[in-house]
Amino acid sequence: MGGEFVMLSLVPIAIGVLAAIACALPGNFLVLRRQALIGDAISHVVLPGIVVAFLVTGMVNSWAMMAGAAGAAVVAVMLIELIRRLGRIEPGAAMGVAFTALFAFGVLLLEQSDTSSVHLDVQHALYGNLESLIWVEATGWGSLLDPVALAGLPPELPRIAIVAAATLLYTLLLWRPLKISTFDEGFARVLGMRTNLIGLSLVIMAAIAAVAAFDAVGSIIVIAMFICPPAAARLMTNRLEVQVLWSVAFAVFSAVIGYVLAGYGPLWLGGEDAVSAAGMIATVSGLVLAIAALYAPHRKRSGAPADA
Amino acid sequence: MLIEALTLQLGYNATLVAIGAGLLGIAAGAAGTFLFLRKRALVSDAISHATLPGIGLAFIVMVALGGDGRNLAGLMLGAALTAGAGLLAMHWLTRRTRLAEDAAIGAVLSVFFGFGVVLLTVIQSLSKGRQAGLEEFLLGATAGMLYADAVLIAVAGAVAVLAIWLLRRPMTLVAFDPGFAASIGMNVPRVDLTMMGLVMAVTIIGLKVVGLVLIVALLIIPPVTARFWSNHSGHVLWIAGALGGLAGFVGAAISASAPSLPTGPLIVLTAFALFTVSLLFAPGRGILVVWLRHRRHQRRIHLRQGLLALAQELPIYERYTLRLLVRAGLARPDGVPTQAGRARAAKACRDEARWAIARRIHSHEAAVSRYDGLMPIEQVLTLDEIHEIDRQIDAGGGGCA
Repeated sequence: MGGEFVMLSLVPIAIGVLAAIACALPGNFLVLRRQALIGDAISHVVLPGIVVAFLVTGMVNSWAMMAGAAGAAVVAVMLIELIRRLGRIEPGAAMGVAFTALFAFGVLLLEQSDTSSVHLDVQHALYGNLESLIWVEATGWGSLLDPVALAGLPPELPRIAIVAAATLLYTLLLWRPLKISTFDEGFARVLGMRTNLIGLSLVIMAAIAAVAAFDAVGSIIVIAMFICPPAAARLMTNRLEVQVLWSVAFAVFSAVIGYVLAGYGPLWLGGEDAVSAAGMIATVSGLVLAIAALYAPHRKRSGAPADA
Repeated sequence: MLIEALTLQLGYNATLVAIGAGLLGIAAGAAGTFLFLRKRALVSDAISHATLPGIGLAFIVMVALGGDGRNLAGLMLGAALTAGAGLLAMHWLTRRTRLAEDAAIGAVLSVFFGFGVVLLTVIQSLSKGRQAGLEEFLLGATAGMLYADAVLIAVAGAVAVLAIWLLRRPMTLVAFDPGFAASIGMNVPRVDLTMMGLVMAVTIIGLKVVGLVLIVALLIIPPVTARFWSNHSGHVLWIAGALGGLAGFVGAAISASAPSLPTGPLIVLTAFALFTVSLLFAPGRGILVVWLRHRRHQRRIHLRQGLLALAQELPIYERYTLRLLVRAGLARPDGVPTQAGRARAAKACRDEARWAIARRIHSHEAAVSRYDGLMPIEQVLTLDEIHEIDRQIDAGGGGCA
């Protein structure tokens, strides 16, 4: 558990944890506002975004791809609103129309363009490559203080750290308007808040978190972390402050335990190869939610009879 | 090439795929209609993603039993098992906890899919270099479709359509008014689960052709498109089936007409193209028609207000109003009314006064309630009634206010 751990596992775990936190924080409000599936839609449309970015710039540049993905997320949100308003279609179906079509477009572009030379495929988009984000320069815990080794950190780590900090800052700064507009939109409007702007900012923040996390861990964790930790936390308490703390705790727990189970679990069971860390993190978050749904103190709807 | 593909002259495999995709589209469009009418379209997303662990498990079990692990029927059975488990988990989460349905959908979708990905990597390490090829179920792969696979898809699709036809009445009732359905003794949760079961069946049938990520599109887009063309649920059902079938057939044909055109995405994009056309041009609900209707209404209001202004000899500042009056020959460009304009203005003014009186007369209440500010009074009141009102106006010496 010395140098090898720092080199192979420390960075993926850190990235997993940060990605989980960055998604779980806005996820709390999305779940409460019944917009949880926005995360699902965004993470699907990230694919056409990065493919277009690749075709335009001609290289696998992470910043260009993130810009492309963010652009695709904005296009998707606008398309959903357009279909919903102009076609007078219920939001769920509008979302289903928009993100499946955009995803299909992304797959078609990918198959049409010559991306065989670069690491860009649908599988990668879906389950990321957390395991490959190793810190080659690290030799041991001491490397954490060594500037030369620190310079060799995978660029995904600082990026997701910045985004995680941004979501934290966003949540803290907009805490009051977010809380009021989530629970009582009418009251928020009476107070003079621009509730539609608050809602839009939340979706944009979620999109940024999704895109950054997607870059490092693939879209499946993104959806799982948007929904499972906040949903489990929702069953633990009736106070939003406490719920957010629980959701962060669940997210960190899922990321760490999921990664460890994926990397070391098969070895303990006598296997040789690690299994997908992204998949395992999602699985663990699901188990957390299942346990919360069975035993958490506030799992029932308030006011419902105890054994309904 | 495309014409040949559309007329089934592009070889055995292409024909097989096109017919299979068409049948799948019909079943998906019809099954998706009830999901859409019940406002639960995205449930299909959870169901389809929940098939992945089943595919992995079925593969592992079949290999462990000495098979080759790629038998389509076996994989479909496994997919059905976990999709059913996902469906029940979702049902349980929404009914037994306070989580809303969207959170339950997202949780089931991501967790089952994540677990499926874990199983795929397990299979990869078990089969050591030998590609299991299960990834093709993510996006579908029709290139190597066997005759037996096509028959399986066709038969299962036909059974699904038949089941939808038999169950259409209870499912329609539950979709529109679950409360009433329950009050006449219908078991609403069971009808719901049956509906979901049909969606699940279609999803599993579609795994091979469009893959689990894109089957959602075939379940959602055709019903949404069909909704533009009819307000009658029975018609929406069959229009959705027809649109789905068309998208499946045409998409598969296009994909066969050139290399590196994947079938699944092309089917979805064909469906989306049909949707876009409907959104823009459908009668009644299409954007174009709604826009034209809005313009016509706007024109009538401007004209009416312009005439009232002319009658009261007020200047018209709104350019659009003046332009309309000029175009209709009712006013000169400098705002002075023509002979015809004077007559129409007087009439509009008189009508306005008549309405004001009619509103005070109790027996005309029903007629007046239909007044939207534009309707000619002759359409709701008889000539005698209008004469009576005119008498009151003249007695009061009123004209235009």
